[in-house]
Amino acid sequence: MAEEVKLFRTWSSRYSLRIVWALKLKGIEYETIFEDLTNKSPSLLQYNPTHGKVPVLVHDGKPVCESLVILEYVDETWKHNPLLPQDPYEKSMARFWANFGDDKLMKSISQLFIAHEKDQDVAAVAALENLKIVEEQLKGKKFFHGETIGYLDLAFGWIANLVSILEEIMSLKLVDGERFPHLSSWIQHFIDAPVIRDCWPPRDKMIIKYQVMREKYLAAATPK
Amino acid sequence: MGEEDTVILHGMWASTYVKRVELALKIKGIPFEYVEEDLSNKSALLLKYNPVQRKVPVLVHNGKPICESLVILEYIDETWPSHGLQLLPKDPYERARVRFWAAYIQQLLESMAKLFNPDHKEAQEKALEEMYEKQRILEEGMREFFPEESPNVHPEKLGILDIMIVSTLGAFRAQEEALGVKTLDPEKNPLLFSWVEALIQLPVVKEIIPPFEKLVSLLQFIKQNGIKF
Repeated sequence: MAEEVKLFRTWSSRYSLRIVWALKLKGIEYETIFEDLTNKSPSLLQYNPTHGKVPVLVHDGKPVCESLVILEYVDETWKHNPLLPQDPYEKSMARFWANFGDDKLMKSISQLFIAHEKDQDVAAVAALENLKIVEEQLKGKKFFHGETIGYLDLAFGWIANLVSILEEIMSLKLVDGERFPHLSSWIQHFIDAPVIRDCWPPRDKMIIKYQVMREKYLAAATPK
Repeated sequence: MGEEDTVILHGMWASTYVKRVELALKIKGIPFEYVEEDLSNKSALLLKYNPVQRKVPVLVHNGKPICESLVILEYIDETWPSHGLQLLPKDPYERARVRFWAAYIQQLLESMAKLFNPDHKEAQEKALEEMYEKQRILEEGMREFFPEESPNVHPEKLGILDIMIVSTLGAFRAQEEALGVKTLDPEKNPLLFSWVEALIQLPVVKEIIPPFEKLVSLLQFIKQNGIKF
């Protein structure tokens, strides 16, 4: 029976990338629909009426939304090459850290990225503290999942992809090899993995996008 | 699971997040010890078990801590699968739907929490509108789950969404008393309202709902002073 798998995404969405990687790791064939979020397709709005966001995975006509929910769906539906640990405790740890990544770490790095110079020091402290916590999770492991890439590596994938871009724009090094030896080495292993490497959004395009975004935020927040 | 299981829940009597876990454990008939935490003076044990967030609930199973209420709920369901009910459906697509809406109910709670910030009237109005909008979306979304008018609440069939709904909205009368505004309108949200009313009648829910007056006092205090923990 032919399965139909579609993925609604944008070219740069860090959340969509998680699903691109997951589908590749599982060897699942799918159709990509690129969205322009300033002009959303009727299909996207039909499949994700609540948020109108990407990614949306549509499997045989049934939509699944929210990247971490989609990752679990993919793992439960196509059981080979498991992404999540089998043990309930290990699984709950992976979920906890994925949430930490999205709620705390990403937020603190974003806040540093759009901070004015006078606020940068304080914002940097929070970002570095959170990075340190993640660094601890990697001790003794090649990937967060162990020897191979798994759910938590995909959830943290944006660190390997986005952080160096933000660093370049800010002229500020966050994840340096001295303070973060494990994270630095993880980034290298992750980037080098063929499945991951093939799906990177173009760096120059990303730099422009985030530069523009930063300028907008800084201008909007400037006291008059 | 083995006979020597020890399950300890670190909680706080008014916490919505803690209620979720308490309910899940009771629904599944899992014996546990409850430790009340004073969040203005957190125990060394809590800080040891949850160094990252320093919050409740923390479930400690045979000495291993699990944090974050939704993560804990899934852990409970996976660790004690044959105990009583399954909190999540078996089918992956149904599981994804439940997880999506559980996360949305969490967002609704975050909107509701804004009502308790000691802020100006405008901020309060804005927070109310945000909450009403989320409730509207939730009401529509839940119609998918209940093609008939009212949810069929059955003690034998409780799941994660029932737990999320009753923990988040179950104390609405106390919230309304503390705020002086309607937080759950039966006319705007007939499905949510009747669902909550049915849930709070259940004996297992009555066991965990915080005492009304005590909760009202706490909510009024939070409103005046802001949440400190």
